[in-house]
Amino acid sequence: MGLLRALFGTKLNALITVLMLAGFALVLPPLFGWAFGSAVWHGPNRKACVDAGACWAFINARMPLFFFGNYPAEERWRVGCALLVLVVPLLGAMASRRAGLWLAILGIGVPVIDAILLYGGVFGLPVVATARWGGLMLNTTLCFVALGGSIPLGIVLAFGRRSPYPVVRLVSTAMIEFWRGVPLLTVLFMGLILLPMVLPDGVTVDNLVRALVVLTLFTGAYMAETIRGGLQGIQPGQAEAAAALGMHPMQVQLLVLLPQALRMSIPGIVNIAVDLFKDTTLVSIVGLFDLMGVVNQSLKDTDWLGLATEGYTFAATVFFVACLLMSLGGSFLERRFGTTPHR
Amino acid sequence: MKHMFARAGQFAAAAFGAALLLSTAAQAQIGPAPGPTVDAIKKRGALNCGIDTGVPGFAAQDNSGTWKGLDIDYCRAIAAAVLGDASKVKFVPTTAAARFTVLQAGEIDVLIRDSTLTFSRSAQLGLDEVAVNFYAGQGFLVRKSIGVTKAADLQGATICVITGATLELNIADFARSTGAKIGTLLFEKPDEAVAAMEAGRCDGYTDDTGSLAGMRSTLKKPDDWFVMPELISKEPLGLHARSGDPRWQKILFWLDTALKSGEEFGVTKANADSMKTNKDPFILRLVGAEGDFGKLLGLDNEWALRAIKAVGNYGELYETHFGPNALNLPRGLNNLYNKGGLHYTLPLR
Repeated sequence: MGLLRALFGTKLNALITVLMLAGFALVLPPLFGWAFGSAVWHGPNRKACVDAGACWAFINARMPLFFFGNYPAEERWRVGCALLVLVVPLLGAMASRRAGLWLAILGIGVPVIDAILLYGGVFGLPVVATARWGGLMLNTTLCFVALGGSIPLGIVLAFGRRSPYPVVRLVSTAMIEFWRGVPLLTVLFMGLILLPMVLPDGVTVDNLVRALVVLTLFTGAYMAETIRGGLQGIQPGQAEAAAALGMHPMQVQLLVLLPQALRMSIPGIVNIAVDLFKDTTLVSIVGLFDLMGVVNQSLKDTDWLGLATEGYTFAATVFFVACLLMSLGGSFLERRFGTTPHR
Repeated sequence: MKHMFARAGQFAAAAFGAALLLSTAAQAQIGPAPGPTVDAIKKRGALNCGIDTGVPGFAAQDNSGTWKGLDIDYCRAIAAAVLGDASKVKFVPTTAAARFTVLQAGEIDVLIRDSTLTFSRSAQLGLDEVAVNFYAGQGFLVRKSIGVTKAADLQGATICVITGATLELNIADFARSTGAKIGTLLFEKPDEAVAAMEAGRCDGYTDDTGSLAGMRSTLKKPDDWFVMPELISKEPLGLHARSGDPRWQKILFWLDTALKSGEEFGVTKANADSMKTNKDPFILRLVGAEGDFGKLLGLDNEWALRAIKAVGNYGELYETHFGPNALNLPRGLNNLYNKGGLHYTLPLR
């Protein structure tokens, strides 16, 4: 009943509802017809598809490329293992009572294990050069490494900017303002074009490493401001009370202020994480084949020319689902640790 | 004791000097060293080949993620000639903005990325276009029903154009020089332009010839459209190398010639080995059965044979990537010189 009143309660509301329904009726049936009704799901090339329906055969044929890039087929299990190694401690840190233990594993153990799994070279795992990494796996790697690097960096910079020492304050502020003041794309291009000119001939830095460093520094600056916002939201009485208990200034900052600031920054941090995940698609412009890069590139295969709609629809869906998962994770964290009252 | 060592040292030095003289004399006979780039490639065990991130016919990945295309096969041919193994290529996809920088910086040995050599690139960037493997140019894809056969007749027509490139500029220049009034409709992406064309908002579309052929194959009714033979700009695409290693450039240049000579003399991927007993001296030199041509480049004599065996001759490459079963682009300027095209092969003698 409440819903009906909300939709048809007044004349204006009723009019808006009818117009919206008419709009849906106009748009949705052809869309469904295209996406499902007359779509073709399997086929060796574009000739198998029909004009009226979506050519999902294209997505189907290229699924491994979209998820793994050129990662060798016989080594792809390693990517799955790496994801598992990442997700288990992540869930542990979010849900378990011993969050600290899981966080320590997440911060120290996971990067090492995953680096070994993905890159290889030890324990009989063949080396898979980073040039072969691609697809959604690359987006995920970029996002998690940049996130893992930028949170500690952001904490340091946030404290640095509030430091009583002018030099520390100045350096932190300069760092934050520089990275916030330049567009990400510009920095990626600089890493790609300027770096080879500065380095001696023959010395090359891995393309992926360049992108990782740039993304980490860039995100670190935003992280710092979000955490600083959290620090400023804490009442001065907290620090004074802690000092009155005889705590060392360092203890006051790390044990009293920081945990509360991080709690208050959860929505901001999740926001940055979602943003970062979407920003990782920018690396396709500097020659790395992330999901977006693989889609763009697949559109150029002579077997599958002219399927941009299908390609971009698929990419949008994948990103939406991934970002939705991150948002859900974020709201779970807020409910568990957040200081905002429960609704 | 001391004297003895000194004398032994002198003797060793003299012997070493003699050996050096002998070896240089021997080298003068079989040919010079191949140069620093080839040395680096051999030491690395792989050719670093700069390619496009994706353009139909030139470089794209198939469903299994394997690179294919004309430029790709050129990379493989070079690897087969220099390293003896066509699979020893590290493909480095480069974007338009970074392509020349990574070449200058030495991250790649050669750039084969549908790039045009212009005066300013040659004079300013310190790069040389060693050989042209595809003569492209800006052309028009038009609706057959408007009854136009040459570009100058496009008076009053509306053409869909992608913004940002030199395409708009070329059309404006062309319209100015011929006095024709050509309307343009601007789009951000080719797919938008295709939709507009099929909806009848414009009479044609302009782009490089290679892209036009690719686009035509994606139209709902390809037979209603045709690619005009006439071009309004020149885009010679080919192999770029850094200035400063002339021996490497010679290898690239003659490898391109070898692939085209293969077509001229009928040496194909399939029959290359059996050509060793042919009577034609040009063929014998090409497959390394006569003369020391490979050694003069600092390679071995079967360099060109290996390249052709690995990827095929130029005609076979064109057939695979642009032929009727692929993009269906007529050979036009890309035919051999004796068949009305521009690919003139310098003599192997």
